[in-house]
Amino acid sequence: MESLNRFKDIELTKRILAKTHKLKNRPQGSLNIMEVCGTHTMSIYKSGIDKLLPSYINLLSGPGCPVCVTDISYIDAALKLSENKEVIIATFGDMIRVPGSSGSLSSARANGAHIKIVYSPLDCIELARSHPEKEIVFLGIGFETTAPSIGLTIESAFHHSITNLSILLNLKTMPYAMENLIFDKSISIDAFICPGHVAAIIGTRPFDALAKKYHIPMVITGFECLDIVGAIYMLIEMINNHAYRCENLYKRIVKSEGNKTALALLDKVFEVTDSSWRGLGIIPKTGLSLKSDFKDFNALLKFGLTLPDVKVPPQCLCSDILRGVKKPPDCLLYKTRCTPSSPIGACMVSSEGTCMNFYKYNN
Amino acid sequence: MELVTLAHGSGGTESAKLIKDLFFSYFNNDILCTQSDASLINPIPGVLAVTTDSFVVTPLFFPGGDIGKLAVCGTINDLSVSGATPLYLTAGFIIEEGFNMCPLEKIVYSMAKVSKLANVKIIAGDTKVVEKGKCDGMYINTTGFGVVEKYAPNHKLTAGDQIIVSGSLGDHGACIMSKRDMLTFESRLTSDCAPLHEVTEVILNASSNVRVMRDPTRGGLATTLNELIENTDKSMLIYEDRLPIKEEVRSFCDLLGLDPLYVANEGKLVCIVSQEDSLKVLKAIQNHPLSKDAAIIGEVTDNRSNKVYLKTYLGATKRLPMATGELLPRIC
Repeated sequence: MESLNRFKDIELTKRILAKTHKLKNRPQGSLNIMEVCGTHTMSIYKSGIDKLLPSYINLLSGPGCPVCVTDISYIDAALKLSENKEVIIATFGDMIRVPGSSGSLSSARANGAHIKIVYSPLDCIELARSHPEKEIVFLGIGFETTAPSIGLTIESAFHHSITNLSILLNLKTMPYAMENLIFDKSISIDAFICPGHVAAIIGTRPFDALAKKYHIPMVITGFECLDIVGAIYMLIEMINNHAYRCENLYKRIVKSEGNKTALALLDKVFEVTDSSWRGLGIIPKTGLSLKSDFKDFNALLKFGLTLPDVKVPPQCLCSDILRGVKKPPDCLLYKTRCTPSSPIGACMVSSEGTCMNFYKYNN
Repeated sequence: MELVTLAHGSGGTESAKLIKDLFFSYFNNDILCTQSDASLINPIPGVLAVTTDSFVVTPLFFPGGDIGKLAVCGTINDLSVSGATPLYLTAGFIIEEGFNMCPLEKIVYSMAKVSKLANVKIIAGDTKVVEKGKCDGMYINTTGFGVVEKYAPNHKLTAGDQIIVSGSLGDHGACIMSKRDMLTFESRLTSDCAPLHEVTEVILNASSNVRVMRDPTRGGLATTLNELIENTDKSMLIYEDRLPIKEEVRSFCDLLGLDPLYVANEGKLVCIVSQEDSLKVLKAIQNHPLSKDAAIIGEVTDNRSNKVYLKTYLGATKRLPMATGELLPRIC
């Protein structure tokens, strides 16, 4: 087990941290290093890496938490579906407390809606079989990481002619979202810690292409302290040496070509589309939609729904926080009206959310 | 295959048969078997401790125990960490119509076995049967009575007081979550469900400077420590590298994005004791099989911010806040 090595790695991590402090800061200013995976965010705050780096390193949390980037309109559509007595909503756990325009799935459940937490979308196949009288709607969100298991579920349902299952799909993809952040004039990103899980599916090439095109060093890495500290050390060196490429420190999981089986499946089931990100608006080519062969599994079509046009609540700084422009304490709602027990923004809901992590570990 | 029917809870002959054949036969003791509307107990010298708890768990049977063992241990532990010697329990059952008699008997047997082990008598009880679908198999309520003989709780925390946990953290919650339907994990996770009356006795025999004892059940260790520090002018510092957490629990929690410090325990306690007595207490409980992995995990500090802090493996100091909301597995 990977985590078995965690303890052994602590001393090595400390040594790399010490070496990081000895590195030159050639650009002579603060360096903005962004991580775009919620698991990295969680690991950084939990272990306290943010407090142990040289003061010129500014870690920014990007839009890498799947719950946090889910638009309010999507939650509203899920809430609308949950009012249908014939529907069982199946969802990943951390979706149920995300607030929509009025209430969350958690409050809908308390009011009698049938909402079931599943651990894998594939559980929906069994759920559909055991409830033939009901319509199962899976809330299909996430990035390239959850897309293969959702694709597999759709393929399996198609193959077994399961007709009482559909997906409220809101899958997002990462590389063009990162490009969008690079273009963003309100934030200057010096380097990226690339998402290890996403890279496991899509490989290193999309990140390497971005790094070379825009002259931004990138490192793909895992989620243990050593992985993250090692990546930061490497990124500082790359910045100092103008090394504009993507290095792979997560070779135990990530291959340069990615996971070919998963990519073939994604290509079979999904096509690229634009996607609306909470607080960030529509980003071209960052979404996945179902190919026409599988349109019967599209919950929006099946139930005649459209995603309503809903804006994030005024004062909610999700947009700036998801882009790393502002930190949670800059938000007027943070710790006042927005807390983990009564969240206003999705960033305060998920264990991977920036605000949740700030609230939890930095008070 | 005999099933529990609504008749078993209606007070007629079926009820009487169930009580006689099952409950009396397993819980057999002089007080219960007088079969009165109320059990009469003789005066108990000392301070009486009373506690009540209701138990709802899915699944009803799990590695390391079942709802019956849990219902008895949970109440025994609440008494024990209050410094009381557990004496009597009452048991109230709410059973779903159609429940199989065979698992019911297993659950009652578990209750009898563990209460006998703790020298506790189950002296009163009740059974209700509700319509199919109105409850999730079975719920049990237990009320416990114990007597406090020598423990004079001294809740005032002093800087330097040491925080001891009696063993590995998060075992019960991780085990239960791994056995929930749809989460088909093959794992070695086992609940730590156990009665702690002997461990608390060992602690109280070893030191008269025990500030407080508590069993960190729901919300886990982090929540219990936050409760203990509330309304004091002290803080706590916990060292991550001293926390006893089994590798399988850690891996399981990693996988679901959970923190073992927020996961429930059912056979562990936290004890805060003066610095001078801390090693004595630690050594004493390490000799008991239920607390052989006990560890001193941190200390009370003079920091007036009144918070629980965690010194991470890497040496950073982070806040360890109270749990909020239900434990939800993350997406990926």
